[in-house]
Amino acid sequence: MAPEYNMMELMICVAARYLEDGKTVAVGTGAPCAAAMLAQKTKSPNLVVLFEAGGIAPQLPEMPISVGDSRTFYRAVMAAGMVDTMTTCARGQVDYAFLGGAQIDKYGNINSTCIGDYNKPKVRFPGSGGANDFASLCWKTMIMTVHSKSRFVETCDFITSPGFLTGDGAREAAGLPEGGPYKIITDLCVMGFDEKTKAMTIESLHPGVDVDKVRGETGFDLLVSDQLGRTEPPTEEELRLLRDEVDPLKLVIGRA
Amino acid sequence: MNVLEEGVGPLFMDPDPDKAREFFRTKSRAMVDKRMSAKEAVERFIPDGCYFATGGFGANRIPNVICHEVVRQRRKGLGFSGHTTTHDFQVLCAGRCFDKLDAAYIVGLEARGLSPNARRYMQSGEVQVADWSNYALAARLRAAAEGVSFGLTRSMLGTDTFKRSAAKAVECPFTGKTLCAVPALWPDVVAIHVHEADMYGNAVMRGISVADYELSRAAKHLIITTERLVDNSVIRDDPTATSIPFYLVDAVVEAPGGCYPGNMPYLYFSDEEHLAEWMRVEKDPDEFAKFLEKYIYGVDTFEEYLELCGGAKRLEELRKIELVEN
Repeated sequence: MAPEYNMMELMICVAARYLEDGKTVAVGTGAPCAAAMLAQKTKSPNLVVLFEAGGIAPQLPEMPISVGDSRTFYRAVMAAGMVDTMTTCARGQVDYAFLGGAQIDKYGNINSTCIGDYNKPKVRFPGSGGANDFASLCWKTMIMTVHSKSRFVETCDFITSPGFLTGDGAREAAGLPEGGPYKIITDLCVMGFDEKTKAMTIESLHPGVDVDKVRGETGFDLLVSDQLGRTEPPTEEELRLLRDEVDPLKLVIGRA
Repeated sequence: MNVLEEGVGPLFMDPDPDKAREFFRTKSRAMVDKRMSAKEAVERFIPDGCYFATGGFGANRIPNVICHEVVRQRRKGLGFSGHTTTHDFQVLCAGRCFDKLDAAYIVGLEARGLSPNARRYMQSGEVQVADWSNYALAARLRAAAEGVSFGLTRSMLGTDTFKRSAAKAVECPFTGKTLCAVPALWPDVVAIHVHEADMYGNAVMRGISVADYELSRAAKHLIITTERLVDNSVIRDDPTATSIPFYLVDAVVEAPGGCYPGNMPYLYFSDEEHLAEWMRVEKDPDEFAKFLEKYIYGVDTFEEYLELCGGAKRLEELRKIELVEN
């Protein structure tokens, strides 16, 4: 019988599989950090984890609560600084970064700044933090988020961090280096971006989910890959490592 | 250098390096005793209306002892810059101390959620804001530290973050590529919390440095708050460890626990219960006013606040968490 799991566990396991061995990943707290830790314990033991505040390749004893707390450089190879990690991204030495936001549009642009009028916002969020830098400078950015119409919107109220901006060629025209969004992992599916138009495309549906369900939870027209796949559910081994070693206190997986 | 596009955000500080040099020309280089209380440091170096910045990242290695004092002395009209300012931002919002803000990460406390009071203040329309990315702010400080008028990045381009900043997209004179020019930022006064310092201000930070090398060198005035005051000979025994030399420093404040309830690497972890209490009481403005009266306005010093929060006993508990002694 297939093991039972919750949606957060599924998303973390799926994200972990995309992190190749021998690459570098810039992570934040929560699910992305769990995905990186799980990847290290499964197929990517040589995945290098970076935290923007300066932690380089720590041996994380537990989930950090801040991108700059002591855990982010626990038994690390270096306790560096923000300029060091960000220039590493700028030089092209960081392969993956995880981002999050309140709104995402079909080109993978992200809003984490405000809803409503900028000068007197209805809701003020934190802003870029390091997200714009990662989205601009890392090779492949990933997002893990719950799938809903209020999050996947036609137009972001504010573009905090760049995806493909207005589509093919727009990053280059703006002066951004090659890079951009790679995978978006939600509780319904995995999405990538169409090679020609750079528009968001369903690539893999999670067990029990169909295309109509995903489209019903999305505020813009989604493309469907002609190689549409079915997401492999978490294996027993992935779940064991995630529950026993990565997040035994259920700080992240308990949120589902 | 061709300017291709300009952000419309406000530029609060003059990026002219010669004006900065004129200031630094007359800044004292004397290796003298700079010890003083947090109260005196704020009275002397953080007047109403000045531009202030804090070291550290998130709630980690923040000079909370100075943030409390700024609120207690009811400073108003400050400028402030925040690359991932969390609890320090929350404290300054409690006193509504600033009304000009260079924001890279504000309002939130990372995994702990958003500060209700900071959100109320930022949504009031009373604060003039320019948005930046964390690295753009660090690059502004680095340019200031280098004594040049701007720094260059390849981030922010093409986004509303760029539009709401005071950055300019420029054409590289060598390659013709588009780069993002960010203006140098020399804050009037900066506070940085460190592990050890001598009475002259020679300071040692342990763990990640965040942007504090750049920030300390960009600062016109620098207040060092330190967990431990050490003899100058301790500094001289291991000069490799020094990250901030004395001539950058104006005030040295001995403040064990001065980062509480934040995380001070190798000494104490963040007090998550107390931070959760801040978040909880902020939901109700009346309850929050009483909370501030108890913890900030109703006490004379940060040490009294620490005592109210459990003092040395609590710091010892947090030390065990920090050292992963389960």
